[in-house]
Amino acid sequence: MRGRPHLHTSYSSDQALMPTTTKKVVLAIFLVLAALAPIASSIPFYPDFLGHNDWMKILSHVAVFGIGALGINLLTGVAGQVSLGHAFFMGLGAYVAVVFGSPPGDLWGLGLPMWIWLPMAGIIPAIVGLLVGPAAVRVRGLYLAFATLGLVFIGEWAWRNLKFVTGGAFAGRRFPDFQWRVWKEETPVVDFASDGVWLGFEISEEAKVYLLMLGFLVVATLVAKNLQRTRTGRAFQAIRDRDIAAEIMGVDEFRYKLTAFGISSAYAGVAGALFASFVGRQIPETWDLFLSVEFIAIILIGGAGTVSGALMGTAFVIVLPRLVQDFTEWLSGIIESGEGTLAKVADVVVAISPDDGGVINTIPGVGPGLSVFQLNQILFGLLIILFMIFEPLGLYGIWLRIRNYWKGWPFTY
Amino acid sequence: MSAANGTPLLEVGDISLSFKGLIALQEVSFHVNQGELFSIIGPNGAGKTSIFNCINQVYKPQQGSILWKGESLMGLKPNQTAERGIARTFQNIELFAHMTVMDNILSGRHIRMSHGWVAGSLWMGRAKREEMENRFKVEDIIDFLEIERWRKYPVGLLPYGVQKRVELGRALAMDPELLLLDEPVAGMNLEETEDMARFILDIQDELGISLILVEHDMSLVMDIADRVMVLDFGRKIAEGPPSEIQSNVDVIKAYLGTTGDAAIPEFG
Repeated sequence: MRGRPHLHTSYSSDQALMPTTTKKVVLAIFLVLAALAPIASSIPFYPDFLGHNDWMKILSHVAVFGIGALGINLLTGVAGQVSLGHAFFMGLGAYVAVVFGSPPGDLWGLGLPMWIWLPMAGIIPAIVGLLVGPAAVRVRGLYLAFATLGLVFIGEWAWRNLKFVTGGAFAGRRFPDFQWRVWKEETPVVDFASDGVWLGFEISEEAKVYLLMLGFLVVATLVAKNLQRTRTGRAFQAIRDRDIAAEIMGVDEFRYKLTAFGISSAYAGVAGALFASFVGRQIPETWDLFLSVEFIAIILIGGAGTVSGALMGTAFVIVLPRLVQDFTEWLSGIIESGEGTLAKVADVVVAISPDDGGVINTIPGVGPGLSVFQLNQILFGLLIILFMIFEPLGLYGIWLRIRNYWKGWPFTY
Repeated sequence: MSAANGTPLLEVGDISLSFKGLIALQEVSFHVNQGELFSIIGPNGAGKTSIFNCINQVYKPQQGSILWKGESLMGLKPNQTAERGIARTFQNIELFAHMTVMDNILSGRHIRMSHGWVAGSLWMGRAKREEMENRFKVEDIIDFLEIERWRKYPVGLLPYGVQKRVELGRALAMDPELLLLDEPVAGMNLEETEDMARFILDIQDELGISLILVEHDMSLVMDIADRVMVLDFGRKIAEGPPSEIQSNVDVIKAYLGTTGDAAIPEFG
């Protein structure tokens, strides 16, 4: 039987999430590697730096934003409803979590365990999404974007003024730690908020949180993927591609748009709660328009409408600023270390003192040049435009092309 | 069955539809019997597609009645007309361009499935069972329309003639009792037209589905239709079997702009 193609002999194998052995193996290897990242230094050939605490934080950030990106992808990418309200629902989720999870004190808090505050951070935004949804889903396209834009500003105003929940403008408050308790007992069953030893490995707080976030991301991905391949997901896509034809095929447009809105808000709420707790302290200004735009950037760069695109886009958008920063630091290091052609080139690119000319300024606010943050904004804008013109399918599209090229290799088709 | 007790499957009575000042349909009446292939013809802008949109309740006619097995369709939402058993294809292909052929046809099964988003997102119980069962139905349709090789292609990439077939497949997947075909062979070559004619006749005979056919290809209509209705400027000008329609003076006038005698130039 060797050498024959593996044919599908049942519909369930044909419809499986991972229809080929290669896919299964590649995904399994990737997941194992991801789970082993915290002990990178004890594994040969594994890039050491991934196990360092700062990279653990970046990877957790990717995982948390990945959950948020899956949510906006479901609404904007799959169901075609452009929403700028994602930041509002993330903020709402975070504050629901803090009210349920933080210990009582000056600010509101019920001190309930994580298995309550985390689901609530999904459920309550979903309910709010369903309440404001009917007004929003009556409009489409750009009008919907504007309607949801309003939510972000209403949210920002509310977060600044509801001081007993949010801690007020520029002050913020602490968010609940990742500690698994059965009820309100003193010592948590599983504590993700302090260093410890797991299975004989010294494991830092950051690494524990990363593993937890990775677990949540895997569950969120599985749910999104299943949703997309069953009846509801097809109805979403039908509405996105041809709304009137979808209705004539029997899809209740209003109901499914509302469903998409609700599920997406739940994803946003959970992502917001995890993000706030993972950072530890958040100010109301976190949940602003820029956050929403960042998510739109994620799915546009990754490839709207695909789960893997949403995840690739997240990794790209979160890791890129870090790379830019590292690159800048590396260049300033070269300038300081001495002469040479590279140092001269670096001098043009990076400004390290106020009277030094350079495109990137390492001391923001002093002298000419762009800060790393501003540079990132420009890069995102540029990337969105370039992707929309040259590769509307985003990173996912690039991946498809690479895959299809090697599928036929060495033949051209 | 309904033909036996005398109630037509679909009965349209004196519907009038206008958009502001523009009159699209004026007191049009017709009926479709069980198992019948009823055809609507007429010059461009005569209101043929508007009738479909009225039946689907995309447009709401200002006057008249539309009865489905004796029950009024007026005031329903388009998706409710689908649930009653009315399926449709479109003049300009309205497929879900980013979905595969399989998913497009499966989306036609939407009304025949019942699992919600919770079961779907967990891929458990009814969701899994229904997805598999309906996959069988879809394979039947793919086999019937001879589009096996395109199964996993996104429809946006397929040739026009195949897209038309996929659209027919999506409508058939709804297990309809009445199928509205809006110019199924527009823009097709002779071979593709013949294939489509064969499919239409098979749908009528083998699947027992009643059809309303809107088409400009007169030879096709005259060959396969049981009865023909002619519209001109939103008004019904004739109805009857194809042979009668072909010799109807009003019809020839509507199509050629003058009386029958002058319309046929004499050569030699």
